[in-house]
Amino acid sequence: MEPAASGQAVLKVTGLKRYFDVSPPLLNRVLERQPRQILKAVDGIDFAIGRGETFGLVGESGCGKSTVARLIVGLYAPTAGSIELEGRDIAGLSRRQMAPVRRRLQMIFQDPFASLNPRWRVLDIVAEPIRAFGLASGKAAVTRRVGELLEQVKLNPRDGDKYPHEFSGGQRQRISIARALASNPEFLVCDEPTSALDVSVQAQILNLMRDLQRDLGLTYLFISHNLAVVRHISDRVGVMYLGRMVEQAPARTLFATPRHPVHEAAARHGARPGDVRPRARAGGRRGAEPDQPAGRLQLPPALPVRRRPLPGREPGADRAAGRRRRRLPRRRGGPHPRGRPAGIAGGNPALAAVARGD
Amino acid sequence: MTEPLLQVRDLVVQFPTRRGTLTAVDGVSFHIDPGEVLGVVGESGAGKSMTGAAVIGLLEPPGRIAGGEILLEGQPIQNLPYEAMRRIRGRKIGAIFQDPLTSLNPLYSVGQQLVETIVTHTDLTPTRARARAVELLAEVGIPAPERRVDQYPHQFSGGMRQRVVIALALCANPRLIIADEPTTALDVSIQAQIIALLRRLCREHGTAVMLVTHDMGVIAETADRVAVMYAGRIAEIGPVRQVIKQARHPYTIGLMGSIPTIAQDAERLRQIPGSMPRLTDIPAGCAFNPRCERVFERCRRDRPEPIDVDGSRVACWLYDPSTAQREAADA
Ligand SMILES: Nc1ncnc2c1ncn2[C@@H]1O[C@H](COP(=O)(O)OP(=O)(O)OP(=O)(O)O)[C@@H](O)[C@H]1O
Ligand SMILES: Nc1ncnc2c1ncn2[C@@H]1O[C@H](COP(=O)(O)OP(=O)(O)OP(=O)(O)O)[C@@H](O)[C@H]1O
Ligand code: SF4
Ligand SMILES: [Mg+2]
Ligand SMILES: [Mg+2]
Repeated sequence: MEPAASGQAVLKVTGLKRYFDVSPPLLNRVLERQPRQILKAVDGIDFAIGRGETFGLVGESGCGKSTVARLIVGLYAPTAGSIELEGRDIAGLSRRQMAPVRRRLQMIFQDPFASLNPRWRVLDIVAEPIRAFGLASGKAAVTRRVGELLEQVKLNPRDGDKYPHEFSGGQRQRISIARALASNPEFLVCDEPTSALDVSVQAQILNLMRDLQRDLGLTYLFISHNLAVVRHISDRVGVMYLGRMVEQAPARTLFATPRHPVHEAAARHGARPGDVRPRARAGGRRGAEPDQPAGRLQLPPALPVRRRPLPGREPGADRAAGRRRRRLPRRRGGPHPRGRPAGIAGGNPALAAVARGD
Repeated sequence: MTEPLLQVRDLVVQFPTRRGTLTAVDGVSFHIDPGEVLGVVGESGAGKSMTGAAVIGLLEPPGRIAGGEILLEGQPIQNLPYEAMRRIRGRKIGAIFQDPLTSLNPLYSVGQQLVETIVTHTDLTPTRARARAVELLAEVGIPAPERRVDQYPHQFSGGMRQRVVIALALCANPRLIIADEPTTALDVSIQAQIIALLRRLCREHGTAVMLVTHDMGVIAETADRVAVMYAGRIAEIGPVRQVIKQARHPYTIGLMGSIPTIAQDAERLRQIPGSMPRLTDIPAGCAFNPRCERVFERCRRDRPEPIDVDGSRVACWLYDPSTAQREAADA
């Protein structure tokens, strides 16, 4: 799929920034003469998503993906930049102004435990958006719709009268997916939506998301650390690094490029097909360089990625350290025998091959 | 033979609910040797977390151990009084829970929480404990740990919080670590680092790990043996290579087939049809029978017990000698 033309973009993000003040308490700052510390979680990113498109967002832990998601749904106010939903800037709208946008723009949170009200029955949790936006009238209709939603995420409608704590981790994640779908959103921000699911339920949920997209034209921003999942679900993928978007490309191109850093990350993690226990292992650092954000998705300079030197960053927050020490990946075990991994299963190229029996 | 570090026999975990008793874990048996990693995989809701919670004595009431025994270094530890269990939990068993937020107190900095745990369970002074806390954060790959140590949980990203919880579990150098989805929110390189760390603990300190995860990639890389759970029971348990390469149980085979791959271009992923039964109405016979492609009449009648199949133990009638005889007779 081609990059979304900005004309028909559902969502357009321009120059988006979010900084956090992570300074120690004032007293310490004064006594120990420490400067203020500003952490640039998101530091000027641009992207657009077209209608019916799935935009995957990847990048190592802490690079700012969830912050982008929270900015889009209005949980954080941006430090700078704009977020246009169908041409209207929604950045920094007040709660009340945001209300009509809410129905159309929903989010599945990374932490399903924290996002479900423990004192509500699941039925009420899922019904809340249906009632709030008047999407069904009458108790019977609401209950029927909730039942439908629970069935879609492979939960039993009869479990609606239980409380969240009575469910397993993956079941709770599915409750939050059902709730996000309840308001018939047009745009869904999914932050690691399937991370707590076993692969067979994950397959069911991903297939469901595809079906909804085909039937209802839903648009997704899809955040995941699982590259195989991102590859499967996305039309285009953005790679974030230290609060910036360092690359955007169609999923096919990105994952087909030999020696692309995403593969390298995958290959370093995995093994040769056939090995169950790999020889190469990525995280050989073991905190020997405590200052370095370890295990980064390293970007070899030979690659045609837009890797600007990131000027103007304030020292202080940990990224400064990361910048200083950034360097080429130490590749152990050499390149992959076939140039690129045969496939990656749950983050492991070896496994698919092993499971297929070749 | 060395004595297993952990031995679980016929464990049953039940929840009395409004609509009768719910059996979340139904006769589970396994052992873990010192220095060994036992992977536990299975359908969401199959009872993996409950099994782990039972072992560390943290089942939330009304959940309770209704049968079976749990032996740690030969000593029974099921249903110990709270205080005794708390001591074991700190020093001998470390726990990494599935939900990082609930394991962390939002009101205290990450450093305060680590230091407190270290001081309680070891004889380090608070100053030394703080140094150790920073070291642990570095070990789990938190950048700039000496600065991060003073921050609060909400200031960490999802993956970082998960790593703080791992650091907490490692504080007291436990003999056994129960790790429930420790790497779900982590990208592959950090994941690899955590796995390397766990493996090093196993190798160098003989720590044993019960690793609950749905990520078969992590299992393939980390585990020595793997248990596959379905509807509160172990469907298959065996050496990791055996289970991944030559899955025997039809559920395990379906599970392996659902894994997406990067090379693959399929529109849809393969999925096992249907969903797991509710624990209150598990079908008679084999719990997997309504979804199984190879079901035959005995599966609907009798419950299969695990039997030895080429070094694995598999609970499926297909591998029962009488089935082979019957097939021979039919032919
Ligand atoms: N409320 C906050 N206050 C201070 N710092 C924050 C806050 N929220 C996030 N951060 C910091 O911003 C950075 C980006 O965090 P974010 O949660 O967006 O990462 P992420 O890419 O989603 O990572 P993960 O894959 O681990 O979930 C991190 O360094 C984090 O510590
Ligand atoms: N407090 C409770 N009351 C009633 N049922 C419960 C309670 N806690 C858990 N259960 C049920 O016990 C079963 C086993 O839950 P468990 O958390 O062990 O699943 P799991 O295998 O860890 O799944 P997941 O992969 O989704 O985390 C689930 O079906 C769940 O609904
Ligand atoms: S016992 Fe029967 S139903 Fe159960 S997994 Fe084996 S073949 Fe399938
Ligand atoms: Mg995140
Ligand atoms: Mg669980």
